[in-house]
Amino acid sequence: MDDRTPQISGAEILIRCLQEENVKFVFGYPGGAVLNIYDEIFKQNHFKHVLVRHEQAAVHAADAYSRATGEVGVALVTSGPGATNAVTGIATAYMDSIPMVIISGQVPTPAIGMDAFQEVDMVGITRPCVKHNFLVKDVKDVASTIKKAFYIAASGRPGPVVVDIPKDVTALTAVFDYPKSVEMRSYTPVIKGHSGQIKKAVKLMLEAKRPMVYTGGGVVLGDASEMLVKLVRELGFPITNTLMGLGGYPATDKQFLGMLGMHGTYEANMAMQECDVLVAIGARFDDRVIGNPQHFFNKNRTIIHIDVDPSSISKRVKVDVPIVGHVQSVLAEINELLQADTKRPEAASLKTWWEQIEAWRSRKCLTYAKSTEVIKPQYVVEKLWEVTKGDAFITSDVGQHQMWAAQYYKFDKPRRWINSGGLGTMGVGLPYAMGAQLAHPEAQVACITGEASIQMCIQELSTCKQFHLPVKVVNLNNRYMGMVRQWQEFFYGNRYSESYMDALPDFVKLAEAYGHVGMKIEKPSDVEAALKEAFSPALKERMVFMDFITDQTENVFPMVPNGKGLSEMILAEEL
Amino acid sequence: MKHIISLLMENESGALSRVAGLFSARAYNIESLTVAPTEDATLSRMTIVTSGSEDVIEQIIKQLNKLVDVVKVLDLNDGRYIERELMLVKVKATGPFREEMKRMSDIFRGRIIDVADGSYTIELTGSGSKLDAFLEALDKAAILETVRTGASGIGRGDRILKI
Ligand SMILES: Cc1ncc(C[n+]2csc(CCOP(=O)(O)OP(=O)(O)O)c2C)c(N)n1
Repeated sequence: MDDRTPQISGAEILIRCLQEENVKFVFGYPGGAVLNIYDEIFKQNHFKHVLVRHEQAAVHAADAYSRATGEVGVALVTSGPGATNAVTGIATAYMDSIPMVIISGQVPTPAIGMDAFQEVDMVGITRPCVKHNFLVKDVKDVASTIKKAFYIAASGRPGPVVVDIPKDVTALTAVFDYPKSVEMRSYTPVIKGHSGQIKKAVKLMLEAKRPMVYTGGGVVLGDASEMLVKLVRELGFPITNTLMGLGGYPATDKQFLGMLGMHGTYEANMAMQECDVLVAIGARFDDRVIGNPQHFFNKNRTIIHIDVDPSSISKRVKVDVPIVGHVQSVLAEINELLQADTKRPEAASLKTWWEQIEAWRSRKCLTYAKSTEVIKPQYVVEKLWEVTKGDAFITSDVGQHQMWAAQYYKFDKPRRWINSGGLGTMGVGLPYAMGAQLAHPEAQVACITGEASIQMCIQELSTCKQFHLPVKVVNLNNRYMGMVRQWQEFFYGNRYSESYMDALPDFVKLAEAYGHVGMKIEKPSDVEAALKEAFSPALKERMVFMDFITDQTENVFPMVPNGKGLSEMILAEEL
Repeated sequence: MKHIISLLMENESGALSRVAGLFSARAYNIESLTVAPTEDATLSRMTIVTSGSEDVIEQIIKQLNKLVDVVKVLDLNDGRYIERELMLVKVKATGPFREEMKRMSDIFRGRIIDVADGSYTIELTGSGSKLDAFLEALDKAAILETVRTGASGIGRGDRILKI
């Protein structure tokens, strides 16, 4: 490089960096501080810019794009209000460890700290909800910072990284030189697990009499599904997935006990409680998963915990064999050891254990009262699964419908189930569906939502129109913030304080107003036909909003009440 | 139990706030925190005095290690170490106090570094508990002002925190 190497603006450098990172979509919204960047976007055709209608949706859509593909999601917002609007999306991605790079505009460097127009301390605001963040103060640092941002976002335990770029930095010029690789002495994520620990784990698994495998989002994010299936089938162990882990193991397989946790199945929760060796993989024993930790400790079991993040290990539950490493690498090593070992778990004990599990399973905890009068929400999800042949990308919002989606849509493949597990953000469903549809234009994408949640990002119907996203919205309309109502029914003496959804719009007309197809379905006998029509070739190119008027009083079962143990579930039949 | 944690981190703007933010966000105790650049200008060294159960301390160390700017973390309590803190105390030096304060300073191996008509300023270094003991020993009525740096810590012998 010499003096004659051409200098280009910070904005152009940024665009070139995104090109180098092979970014295909940038979800964003323009504004003063990012005008230089938008001008460069105008001049390029390497990636597509998806203009959303609210910055929160830009981050959610980029997040879903990442969940559906495994690539780093990218969002771009302006300073001040653009940046603060993005924060909910960033926190949502952070809680679920989604690799993302969020670029925010900032006021010009000399104006920082002057309470300038549209100034907000983005690095300060996002510090607790990002994996890392940067303020780029020098145009010479743009390329190396973007390189680091992508590297940090995707490696180790993934997460969102914010890069805040002042407007003057995007105007000043420098030589573009994209680093080939990154070396950071302060950041060196572990990949390979400790081989001694792995041997110990294999020995324990082979000696187990009542084994149980429990896996979370880490298996999905770490693309370790195939290895997990191999391991679990080889050993004949029962397995459960967390809400974030669904699809990590095929749900239609007989070794799968369903989801565990607060709204998990009876068999999964009981097996968690009663097992003698528990293998936790890419999961973090969170409060919605094991309930009251004290109650969980009432039973003795040996716990093996595989996770890429050391701080997830022994945080809520003490484990016996911690293995820090990338789940894919650790599972590969375990599978190799098993291949070389002729020993297998004692067949007789495993048989007895499975008999016990089948007895729990025979309680059929996921049954619900069928009706010919009123549409049961579970029925809609079951039918959706049938009509889409279990092969759709399903996004959801937050509430009862989310739990029914998780319980009744049987995910056989990873990255098909996209929801906000950690932060529980209402409003993600529609933007998540946009991100998933853009990632897989030919795939069936459905958003299972509720009439309260959908209204939190309803403006995105417009984005769906502009970008021809044929998302199918399955609105389970119970006229209540159902999950809130359920808690009020159980724990607050039926005082339904502010949980009734009054003044609902006519969703059919609303969908039509945005140029989409609207359907209102009020009878159980019409459910299947409506779904078939929505997914028919005739409507393949269209977004369809299906408003299912469902049973107002339906509750989610089983349920482990707050503060109770896993084996203290309330089952539907007990009420 | 009280723990002294030493760490090396990139000397970047905002690095301190990441550590401070971590302690407040996760509701960890923080008794004192000191930070300054090292002989290598790209690195800062921080000493944090905290307390908590063994489980909490384990989490604190893991969470600190997880911060992208943190290069190395050492729990000094895992081995032998030396702890030092500097304190400046301004005391009354009138009447009988004038002799008394000089005597107390000598006993604790302090140094009087500023002498005025009505006051002395005493400089004292030592472990936190030695400084506490000195303040205990002084007549409360004589203390006009105190300022402490917070502890700095270093491992004994060949326990070295370096990259
Ligand atoms: C942004 C946000 N605000 C509030 C909540 C609390 N919350 C959780 S579920 C729920 C009700 C959701 O109602 P709806 O979308 O109609 O779904 P349903 O439970 O009826 O299926 C609320 C208010 C939340 N999760 N997110």
